[in-house]
Amino acid sequence: MTEKKKISICHLRQGQSGRVIEILGGHSIAERLNSMGIRPDKNITKVSSSFMRGPVTISVDRCQIAIGYGMAQKVMVEVI
Amino acid sequence: MRVLLMGNPNVGKSALFTRITGTNAVVSNYAGTTVGFTRGSMKLGDEEVEVIDVPGTYSLEPTSKAEEVAAKMVDAGGIIVNVVDATNLERNLYLTLELLEKGVPLVVALNMWDDTRHRGITVDIAKLERLLGVSVVPTVAVSGQGIKELVEHIPGARSPKPAPRTRDERWAAVGGIVSEAQTLAHRHHTWLERLQDASLKPGTGIPIAILTLTASFFAVRGVGEGIIRYVTDPLFNKLWEPVMMRLSDALGGSGFWHDVLVGRLLDGTLDFEQSMGVLTTGLYIEFAIVLPYILIFYLVLGLMEDIGYLPRLAVLLDSVMHRLGMHGYAIIPSMLGMGCAVPALMATRILESKRERFIVATLISIAIPCAAAQAMIFGLVGAEGWQYVLLVFGVLFAVWLTLGFVLNLAVKGFSPELLIEIPPYRLPSLRGVVTKLWLRVWGFLKEALPIIMGAIFVVSVLYSLGVFDAIANFTAPLVSGIFGLPKEAVVAIIIGFMRKDIAIGMLAPLGLSAGQLVVGCVVLTMFFPCVAAFVVLAKELGFKKLLAAMAIMIVSTIIVGGLLNLVL
Repeated sequence: MTEKKKISICHLRQGQSGRVIEILGGHSIAERLNSMGIRPDKNITKVSSSFMRGPVTISVDRCQIAIGYGMAQKVMVEVI
Repeated sequence: MRVLLMGNPNVGKSALFTRITGTNAVVSNYAGTTVGFTRGSMKLGDEEVEVIDVPGTYSLEPTSKAEEVAAKMVDAGGIIVNVVDATNLERNLYLTLELLEKGVPLVVALNMWDDTRHRGITVDIAKLERLLGVSVVPTVAVSGQGIKELVEHIPGARSPKPAPRTRDERWAAVGGIVSEAQTLAHRHHTWLERLQDASLKPGTGIPIAILTLTASFFAVRGVGEGIIRYVTDPLFNKLWEPVMMRLSDALGGSGFWHDVLVGRLLDGTLDFEQSMGVLTTGLYIEFAIVLPYILIFYLVLGLMEDIGYLPRLAVLLDSVMHRLGMHGYAIIPSMLGMGCAVPALMATRILESKRERFIVATLISIAIPCAAAQAMIFGLVGAEGWQYVLLVFGVLFAVWLTLGFVLNLAVKGFSPELLIEIPPYRLPSLRGVVTKLWLRVWGFLKEALPIIMGAIFVVSVLYSLGVFDAIANFTAPLVSGIFGLPKEAVVAIIIGFMRKDIAIGMLAPLGLSAGQLVVGCVVLTMFFPCVAAFVVLAKELGFKKLLAAMAIMIVSTIIVGGLLNLVL
C-alpha cells in the first residue's frame, strides 16, 4: 500500500483540504488542539496562509480557527 | 441553589446571563472576555437563585486558567445550563458529554438558533433530547427568544449519568449524536462570508485593517469635536457660566472657598479650562471635553468587538506582536487600554503566560493613553494643529514598538502560540450595543467624577499653601533641563498620579510652545499610570514585578522626554 505524503497545514494551499493524520510534539499541544476539534481523522480546509510566519487559519466543521505558526507546523495532514 | 452557565467561549453565555438575571454583564463577540466570572441572581418560582456566568471553556481538562476555574465550579455544585452554539454542534457537545459524565443536573440551551437557518443547518431537537437524555431548548439570547421556556426547564433538570469515556470514545459518541440529529445543506458563500475571509487574509486584510483603524481615528476625533463644539461647549458657556459668575460674586470674587469652588478668574472672566475650581474646571473637563470622546470611542470599540473584528485583527498583527514579546491576542487588552487602563489591565488575565502579562501590562501603563488623556490631547494640542496630535500618538506608538521589542529580548520566559476561534461576523443588536455603551460610559463617570473633583480640590488647596512652589523649585533641574518644560509643569506631573486628563489640562495655563506641549503630553502619558490603574497593576503583577515596571517607566520617560526635547 503506497503511503500518502504527510505535510503540515502550513504547506497546504489556500482552499485545499486535508485529513489530520497526527500531531507532532508533546502532550499539551495535542490536548489544546483536541478540545478545539482538531484531532486525527478530522477533515480541515485551509482558509488563509500565514504571513511572515504568522498564524495559519483553517476551517474545521464550519468553524474557523487561527493557529500560531509554531503549533501549525506540528499539525500533519494528508491532502484530500 | 446555584445555576451555572457553562459552554464554549463565544457562544452567547453572557448575553443569556444578561437576559435571565436582568443584571448586565459586558457582552462581546470574541473568546476570553469573561475570565473572572460574573455573579447575578434570578427568580425561580419563589426562590431567589444565584446565577454564575462561568468562563468559557472547550473542555474540563485543565489546559488553561479559565478551564481550571470552570472545572472547580462544576465540582462545587449547582444546576448547569449548558449553552451550546447551534451552528457548531460537534465541538460544543464534547463539553456537554463531559459534564453529563460528571452526573450533574443539566439543561441544554441551544443558542444562536436563528443562525442555523442561514447556514443550512437543521437540528432535530427531539432526537437530540433523546440522545443526550436531557432537555434541549432552542434560544436566541440576543433577542430573548426561548428564554422563558429555558427557565421553565431548569428546576426539572435531569442528570442521566453515562459511563465515563476516554477522549476518543467521547469524540466518537459526539460524532454519532451529530450525524443522527443534524443535517447540513450546502449553500453558497454569502457576501458577509466573503468579507470575513477578506478581512483575515493578509493581502486584503491589512488594507482593511488600516482603513478601519484610520476611519475609527477620524470618527472618534470628528464626532468628539462635533459634540464638544455643538453641544457641550455651548451648554457650559450659555447655561453654567452665568451660574458660576453669580456664585463668584456671592463668594466675594476671591478667597479660599471661592478659589476652590469657582477657581481663579482671569481679568474678571471665567475660563473653564484654567480656573481650576471644583465646580468649574472639575465639571468642565469631565463633561465638556472627556465625555464626548469617551462616548464615541467606546461606541466604536464596542461595535468592533460585537461584530467580531478583533480576533481577525489579532491574527493579522500576531507576527508583528511576536517580535514584541506578545501574541496577537494581546491586542485586545491593549485596545481596551485606549479606553481605560483599569479594565485593560484586568483583561491581561486572558493571556496565558506570566511573561506576556508582564510585558502587556507594562506597555499598557506606559505607552497607551486612556480615552480621557486622548481627549485632552486632542483638545489641548489639537489647537496648535492636528500634526502635533499625530506626533504625540506617533511617538507613543513608537515607544510601544520599541519598548515591546526590548522587553521581548530582556524578559525571561515564553509566550505561547496563538490558538483562537475566529467567530463569524454578526450584526450586533441595537439593544446590545446601547447597553454595553451605557454600562461603560456610566462606569467611567461613576469612577472618574469623584476622583477628578477630589484632585482639583487637592490642587487648589496645595496651591494656596504654596506646596507646589516648593516641589517645583526642588525638581526644576530635572524638569527644565531634561524635558525643556517650565518648572511649574511638575505640578502637572504630580497630578498625573491622580488623573491624566486634569494633569494634561494643567499644561494649559503655562503658555507652552507646540513642541513643549508634545513633550509634556508624552511625558505625562508615560510616567506613571493614574492611581486607579496603579492599584490594579499592583494587584495583577505583584510587588516585585511592580517595582520592575516602575523602574522601566521612569527610565523610559526620561529617555524619551529628553530625546524629544532635543529634537523639537
